Amino acid sequence: MRFVSKKQTIQGVDAETGVALLPVEPEDMWHANNLIAIEDIVKAHAVRKVVQESSTGSTHTERVHTDLTIAVTSTFFDPAASALHVSGRVIRENDFVNVGQYHTLDLELNRPFTLWKLHGWDSVALQTLSEAVSDDKPDALVAVVMQEGLANICLITEFQTVIKQKVESSVPKKRSSAKDTAGGMAAFYEKTMTNMLRAVDFNNPRPLLLASPGFVAQDFRTYMQTEGAKRADKKLQRIARDAVVVHSSTGHVHSLNEILKSPEVQATMRDKRFTNETGLMDQFYERLRKDDGRAWYGVKPVEKAVAEGAVGRGGGVLLINNSFFRSLDIPTRKKYVALVDKVKEEGGEAKVLSSDHESGQRLDALGGIAAILTYPIFDLDEEDEEDGGEGEEKMLGSEGETTVI
Amino acid sequence: MSRHQAVRNLDYQNELDDYEGYSEEEDELSPEDRALMEQGKAAVREALANQASKVTTTQIEEALWHYYYDVDKTVAYLISKFIDPPKKTPKAVLESNAGKKQVDTAGKKGKKKTDSSADGVANGVGALKIEDAPLPKSKNLDVLSEFHNSKSKKTASFVVVGHVDAGKSTMMGRLLLDLGVVEQRTVDKLRQEADKIGKKSFALAWVLDQRTEERSRGVTIDIATNRFETDTTLFTILDAPGHQDFIPNMIAGASQADFAILVIDASTGAFESGLKGQTREHSLLIRSMGVSRIIVAVNKLDTVGWSVERFNEIKNQVSGFLSATGFQAKNISFVPLSGLHGDNLVRRSSDSAASWYTGATLVEELENSEPSARALAKPLRMTIAEVFRTQQSPLSIAGRLDAGSLQMGDAILVQPSGEKAYIKSLQVDEAPADWAVAGQNAALHLSNIDPIHVRVGDIICDPAKPINCLDTFTLKALAFDFLMPMQVDVHRGRLHVAGRIEVITGLLDKVTGAVTKKKPKIVKPASVARIVVKLESKVPLEAGQRVVLRSGGQTVAAGLLE
Repeated sequence: MRFVSKKQTIQGVDAETGVALLPVEPEDMWHANNLIAIEDIVKAHAVRKVVQESSTGSTHTERVHTDLTIAVTSTFFDPAASALHVSGRVIRENDFVNVGQYHTLDLELNRPFTLWKLHGWDSVALQTLSEAVSDDKPDALVAVVMQEGLANICLITEFQTVIKQKVESSVPKKRSSAKDTAGGMAAFYEKTMTNMLRAVDFNNPRPLLLASPGFVAQDFRTYMQTEGAKRADKKLQRIARDAVVVHSSTGHVHSLNEILKSPEVQATMRDKRFTNETGLMDQFYERLRKDDGRAWYGVKPVEKAVAEGAVGRGGGVLLINNSFFRSLDIPTRKKYVALVDKVKEEGGEAKVLSSDHESGQRLDALGGIAAILTYPIFDLDEEDEEDGGEGEEKMLGSEGETTVI
Repeated sequence: MSRHQAVRNLDYQNELDDYEGYSEEEDELSPEDRALMEQGKAAVREALANQASKVTTTQIEEALWHYYYDVDKTVAYLISKFIDPPKKTPKAVLESNAGKKQVDTAGKKGKKKTDSSADGVANGVGALKIEDAPLPKSKNLDVLSEFHNSKSKKTASFVVVGHVDAGKSTMMGRLLLDLGVVEQRTVDKLRQEADKIGKKSFALAWVLDQRTEERSRGVTIDIATNRFETDTTLFTILDAPGHQDFIPNMIAGASQADFAILVIDASTGAFESGLKGQTREHSLLIRSMGVSRIIVAVNKLDTVGWSVERFNEIKNQVSGFLSATGFQAKNISFVPLSGLHGDNLVRRSSDSAASWYTGATLVEELENSEPSARALAKPLRMTIAEVFRTQQSPLSIAGRLDAGSLQMGDAILVQPSGEKAYIKSLQVDEAPADWAVAGQNAALHLSNIDPIHVRVGDIICDPAKPINCLDTFTLKALAFDFLMPMQVDVHRGRLHVAGRIEVITGLLDKVTGAVTKKKPKIVKPASVARIVVKLESKVPLEAGQRVVLRSGGQTVAAGLLE
């Protein structure tokens, strides 16, 4: 993402004039999705079907290109296509559209849009913006997580994990002759390979991870090598040579957590955002296992811990899913922003995890918010029980909201 | 411009209303019409006799309405339209069916084609058309009474588990050789092949490990099934892989077993590392899969000179550990043996150093084990362990019947795809059979279904009492590790899906089952909790089933579906 005006800086962003942004690559749509919240105002290029009526009563329809300004009511992001649709009511009239009519803007690459935040740019929004306009973007990583008969082809970018393709193939088991099984595996490798080459662009060398329990990934790499030699395909040979084989316990996507932890990945991708996030989540789970009173999850306990100043200097970490800041109503959003600000103020670390990564999905399982405290507190949930039914209801309510997102 | 739209909307609305009103009138039959319809339907069904299943009630009703409740005309119409394919006359159908009946009673498949073609050239051509092949005929047996009357041997299956390289496959290879299931010639040939790649000692294991990867790497990857007979029992061996990565396959094997053989490597150091590794995890798993009888085979005792002390040391440690896992002392037995040489497997050890052991051999212990009770009267449930092609059918499946019974010609439902299929023929323990009951390992040859609807891990059930597909379930789980809201793999037999623990509803008292703490943050190992698990996709599951939860390559919990 780029600022349209060269003079624009992040410090210079203000609520009055708005920010004009230019998405240039598919990932920018994901950033835009995080930036655009409900009740924001977006101005962008639009194509609208307009029906015009002549004085005799006959009508003719025409598609017009125009700029529309809408107040956002909802957004829809399709990660596979990297497409963002923003719906809302038109707030500025022009020749074709009246105020109050609904329109859905399809944001497009290389077409600028302008964003106003009526309630001002809070710290979380500013951070999202600075991440979005940052030039320093590492290459996306391709990972194939597989087991016998199942392969998930994923693209791990800095901010999201996109499952490009799931390959399923039935491999004959032992009842049939050994030849059948070998043939079945070869067919499975072939299917996986063609799907991978179709789903991911390998024209520029990019890191490829192959992960599986047992020997599947290793054999897949060997298969690619022999196929590359057989077809005299230089590109395929290069891909196979550069592929890194790591161990995972299953072929399901959530095994990515294990993969990102493995020494092979750590060595090459030490300072990528997602490996840090995975590390933080592991740290949190580790503390939770120890049950030392320094790891808490769920909205209520974390809020209490932050209020007590327990998430501060000296190891305090607040983990919060970015889905919390997306499409929530303004007061709720403000509450969470205040939480983040408070932790930062106290010298703690506040991490907004991407819910489109595996680490974010793990956090999502915990209710989307968790914290590692600087000192142990043991009774954070016990008060909950005293509250009785009321507390529980509130917890359920907040869970409901996150699942809707 | 908006006015136009409004008008259009209005018209459409009106039209819709009109249409609805109209259709309501149409549907309503007068009372006497309805009585006629009921009578007519019954008469038509009777006339169609066993063909009645091929037409739906609506089709009959429509035809009756059309012919003003004339039964004869309706039957003729239905036969020509739905039962008989357009090219054939009703007569031909009856004739070719009569031919089929003869063949079926004769019980010979091969004769079918010649018989029906003998009926006449025209009929023969019709009968040979594959798409028009009539559904397989059921003999309408009362399977349960057939089963009770049959004087066949009792059947039992057992799973062989243990740490990697404990010698499971080798022991079973030796067992099959000594019992004469596998010929010496075959083993000699395998030994030659194994020698070529410098793995001579693996020859016996190769009897079971038939895949190229398994042979070249020297580890079992998937469950191997094999059979042998003693004087009283027909046994099915399920040789499980010991390697940690293939535990999903081991779970699949354990879910089909009545009892288990736990193989322990007695050689110095190996026992200790095994106890930390898969010896522990496997015994936890088989116990939580509902296997209660376990035979501990203390293997490779020849390498320590048949030392009694070593045997007793292992016996003490393992029995202590097994009873902590939940096995009753009377259900555990220990046999000292050598799998490679075959001592105390089928024959007693001839080694004088082993003369101190006077107990039963492994095969004797197996014969003494009573298979667990079968759920014969329950609705049919069978987990598909394998899908393959055979000469009998392009789609054959194999697995163990978990509950209920089935017979040739039965309609079955495959879940989660919800597709119906018919059993063309079936085999029980490799021999052709007319029926199968819970506990038996059957191979079914199916018809009328596309192979894409059938996958390993799916469940075959009775269409009248189908199993439901769920994506969220409550589990009463015993934790082996810390449980918190996290991502887990859910295993049930061959079924293997990703999911996550969504809510921990409460901690339970181990004995009474009463809730001791509501909504705990975390569940500690060895405690019991009620948890809600959400799956990525809908899979067939029902109350009373045992599932295993794994995470990060470790078994974290096992429990019973509620």
